[in-house]
Amino acid sequence: MVARTAHPARHDAAPPEDDPPRPRAPGIWARLRRGGLPYLLILPAVLLELLIHVVPMLVGVGMSFLRLTQFFIRNWSAAPFAGLDNYRVAVDFDSAVGRSLLHSFTVTVVFTAIAVGVSWLLGTMGAVLMQGSFRGRGLLRTLFLVPYALPVYAGVITWSFMFQRDTGMVNHVLVDQLGLFGERPFWLIGPNSFAAVVVVCVWRTWPFAFLVLMAGLQNIPGDLYEASAIDGAGFWRQLRSVTLPMLRPVNQVLVLVLFLWTFNDFNTPYVMFGRAAPPEADLISVHIYQSSFVTWNFGSGSAMSVLLLLFLLLVTAVYLTATSRRRNHA
Amino acid sequence: MLAAAVACGGGDGGDAGGSAAPRTLTYWASNQGTSLDNDKQVLQPELDKFEKQTGIKVNVEVVPWADLLNRILAATTSGKGPDVVNIGNTWSASLQATGAFVPFDDALLGQLGGRDRFLGPSLAATGAQGKPPAAVPIYGMTYGLYYNKKMFAEAGIGEPPATWDELIAAGKKLTKDGTWGLAVEGASVSENSHHAFIFGQQHGADPFDASGKPQFDTPQAVAGIKQYLDLMAVHKIVNPSNAEYSNGTEAVQDFVNRKAAMLMWQSAAASFKAGGMTEDEYGLAPIPLPDPSSGGKQVNGMVAGINLAIFNFTENQDAALRFVKFMTSPEEQKVLNKAYGSLPTVKDAYDDPAFQTPTIKTFQEILANTAAPLPQVPEESQYETLVGTAMNQMWADAANGKPITDDYVKSKLTQANQQVQPGS
Amino acid sequence: MREARWLPWARWIGLGFLTLFTLTPLFVMASSSVKPLRDVQNGFGWIPTTFTLRPFADIWRTVPLARYFANSLVVSTVAAVASVTVAVFAAYAISRYRFPGRRVFSVTVLSTQMFPGILFLLPLFMIFVNLGNVIGVELYASRLGLIITYLTFSLPFSIWMLVGYFDSIPVALDEAAKVDGNGPIGALFRVVIPAAVPGIVAVLIYAFMTAWGEVLFASVMTDESTRTLAVGLRGYATENDVYWNQVMAASLVVSVPVVAGFLLLQRYLVQGLTAGAVK
Repeated sequence: MVARTAHPARHDAAPPEDDPPRPRAPGIWARLRRGGLPYLLILPAVLLELLIHVVPMLVGVGMSFLRLTQFFIRNWSAAPFAGLDNYRVAVDFDSAVGRSLLHSFTVTVVFTAIAVGVSWLLGTMGAVLMQGSFRGRGLLRTLFLVPYALPVYAGVITWSFMFQRDTGMVNHVLVDQLGLFGERPFWLIGPNSFAAVVVVCVWRTWPFAFLVLMAGLQNIPGDLYEASAIDGAGFWRQLRSVTLPMLRPVNQVLVLVLFLWTFNDFNTPYVMFGRAAPPEADLISVHIYQSSFVTWNFGSGSAMSVLLLLFLLLVTAVYLTATSRRRNHA
Repeated sequence: MLAAAVACGGGDGGDAGGSAAPRTLTYWASNQGTSLDNDKQVLQPELDKFEKQTGIKVNVEVVPWADLLNRILAATTSGKGPDVVNIGNTWSASLQATGAFVPFDDALLGQLGGRDRFLGPSLAATGAQGKPPAAVPIYGMTYGLYYNKKMFAEAGIGEPPATWDELIAAGKKLTKDGTWGLAVEGASVSENSHHAFIFGQQHGADPFDASGKPQFDTPQAVAGIKQYLDLMAVHKIVNPSNAEYSNGTEAVQDFVNRKAAMLMWQSAAASFKAGGMTEDEYGLAPIPLPDPSSGGKQVNGMVAGINLAIFNFTENQDAALRFVKFMTSPEEQKVLNKAYGSLPTVKDAYDDPAFQTPTIKTFQEILANTAAPLPQVPEESQYETLVGTAMNQMWADAANGKPITDDYVKSKLTQANQQVQPGS
Repeated sequence: MREARWLPWARWIGLGFLTLFTLTPLFVMASSSVKPLRDVQNGFGWIPTTFTLRPFADIWRTVPLARYFANSLVVSTVAAVASVTVAVFAAYAISRYRFPGRRVFSVTVLSTQMFPGILFLLPLFMIFVNLGNVIGVELYASRLGLIITYLTFSLPFSIWMLVGYFDSIPVALDEAAKVDGNGPIGALFRVVIPAAVPGIVAVLIYAFMTAWGEVLFASVMTDESTRTLAVGLRGYATENDVYWNQVMAASLVVSVPVVAGFLLLQRYLVQGLTAGAVK
């Protein structure tokens, strides 16, 4: 089976002693150095993560148990302990706050599923079609990365300019040039705003998938293709039996990255819709921003964020378990 | 790399760092001019003048509106920031509740020439009633009705509308072949909430009751907002496309580009000028008042404007106060408000001929007589956000042809009201 | 890969679609950047009716674009290089060693990506201010603070992606290097890094772009002298007007060096194991 030979580096089950070649008589220093080496290697990362991510995150979790409003932000220790009140409000789906949070959550889940799916598909398509050499390959490769190279603000503001109802390019093409609609549709408000934000997100995201997959494809030894070609495999069978299995470690991370990234994306909806997104495109990061920063209710915003964190942790855990198991049984 | 970073990070001096020279102030100005650079050009000569007079150097940073509130919040939380800061006056009560600003009690106000020097309505928008102001007003603004004189003449309308019926009738005459009677910024949370307030007041609505409890969905508030939405939904004098205008400039541009003949806006002279509209092309009238017998309030503007506040972590409170005094002096009030097209907030600055033009006089009368400040309660920012957002949706629905009924408006407002989270 | 007869056609259609999708907004950008503002506001046209280069002159005056650009370039480059350096070591440890705490570390690192940034903005800001007071190095409103922040923002995914790339490099190669007398670090530098160049470059680009585009933290943690492009570009949307033509012109101008950088890097993206390291 090709998939198995495609994974020479499969060493998940290997005991640690197998990795470095065993010196004949390991001195105490050598042993300490060997055991300590991985820790030394991750130390800078650990310190940075602690400072920038973990500690602020813990403070954030702490905030979710406080009634932290504008009266107390100058002196957090004075903020009254709220217990689980902030959480109760967030998940009380009979209340307006809980209902709108649930709505925003649902919109975000659907949005993420579509945007990640399409971005991944386009990225794979681009990377696979760019295999082999043809004229203009280098030019296209650079062109495809341009959306990713633009500052977020520049890309998104251009799209929202294009989506304007009266003076935008999209309606100019759809209505004036193609005559598909009698009435000019809205794209920045109303039901279409969901499609609009998906398109913008995909436009910004797929080049990243393309970039990562293209790099991943370079690691596939050409002789695997030669071997499978000798077996008589066509394009699709090679894709299924060589390319995709070989890309699996890269894809496992890529899809997760895209998922988390898209789910928490703040910049795209914020630049596109400003302070208040239409309900159809009310993505959760802006929603939480609105219900905490703009309304000065940091405790409640923290509680919503913690709930989100728990959800994403759960999804990630399930995802990693599922994909890792598949990997091991491949 | 480290040294470079330190050098540029520590270069702004005068903040709460402690070791900085005492005769330096940091000032965050808001973006009032046509660009950040334009603001600097307006402010720098004045700050130089101040330095010459007092020996106190002021480092100004013009902070874009998109960042200003976040920056202030961060400064409040951490105790590190500028000495003096511009704030939108509707934030006053919310920021006052943080306790981050030096309260202007009678003694401090006395040093600025006393309470009576300031325009009453502008001073009323500096914090909760009964508490010393958290800031002092420096730029005054309010709403008025701009109209395009030429388009009015072409449509055979002699006078600007004085009642709502006249406004609708004029709007209908003006709405034809791609031009519209009135432009609105339908997806701007702040514009929407300001108009919700003005229209609500005309029907007798108050967003908060006497005890400070939110009541966004009273029948009066519903009637007010419905009246506003009906300009598009029923009377069709507003271009449905306006429902997506969100960046706070598009309605103005419609007016400048003659796509709309009327505009209810704060002083926009600078934008008109930048867009190539000369002063004789447009006129300014008060927004129509309600029929006095209707029971509503005689309000046709909200007290808008910019306040100046002192962070109480400043180590230079005296210098900061001298700077505030300088900025509220008659001379500076004249220079700055002239440059920004806004209104002086002190009475002794109005003798300048620049403030005797018809436009400024109209604004001044509205501000002095028929403008009301947004509720000065800590939850005010929630009112702006929640009701403004709800109105974004209502405009969107109106633009998509959904019937705008009382029940519909009420349900949206009730939803907004339920999302208010008590401040304390 | 064996080329089926339909493949060139599929390539033509697929890549044509992607090109159109990518290019359309870029074309709109370019054509809007050479129109007078009034024309941009008054309805869309593919080709400018009045051609002007004024926006390209005005962009430097409306906002201090050159300074923002220099800030972004310095911050993003240093953050990206530092992030990749830190990530390479960490990823090597995770890919090649089983050690107690390995799982905790990778899961924790990943979970930091699940917390909405909006929430730890204020805590991080407070930590920076207090830390700055303690160690005497200004972190707030400094490039250093921004570099540390961005380097950490891209770190988790950089590590995870690099683990993915490293995992696909046969351990046999490490062993061979060690037989040749290299230690584990020697193996990393002699074998693993060279073999993973495409992946490392991809991660470098990712880390750079993370810093390049970040808006929220930059809006609070910078001042006038350290402001980055990502937030600085918003300066073209003023209270008075949105200078669409200038936004587009500025976006194009600042993207040129970045795209040029991509061009330079891209030959590294496509070499690696195919260059014959494995046999």
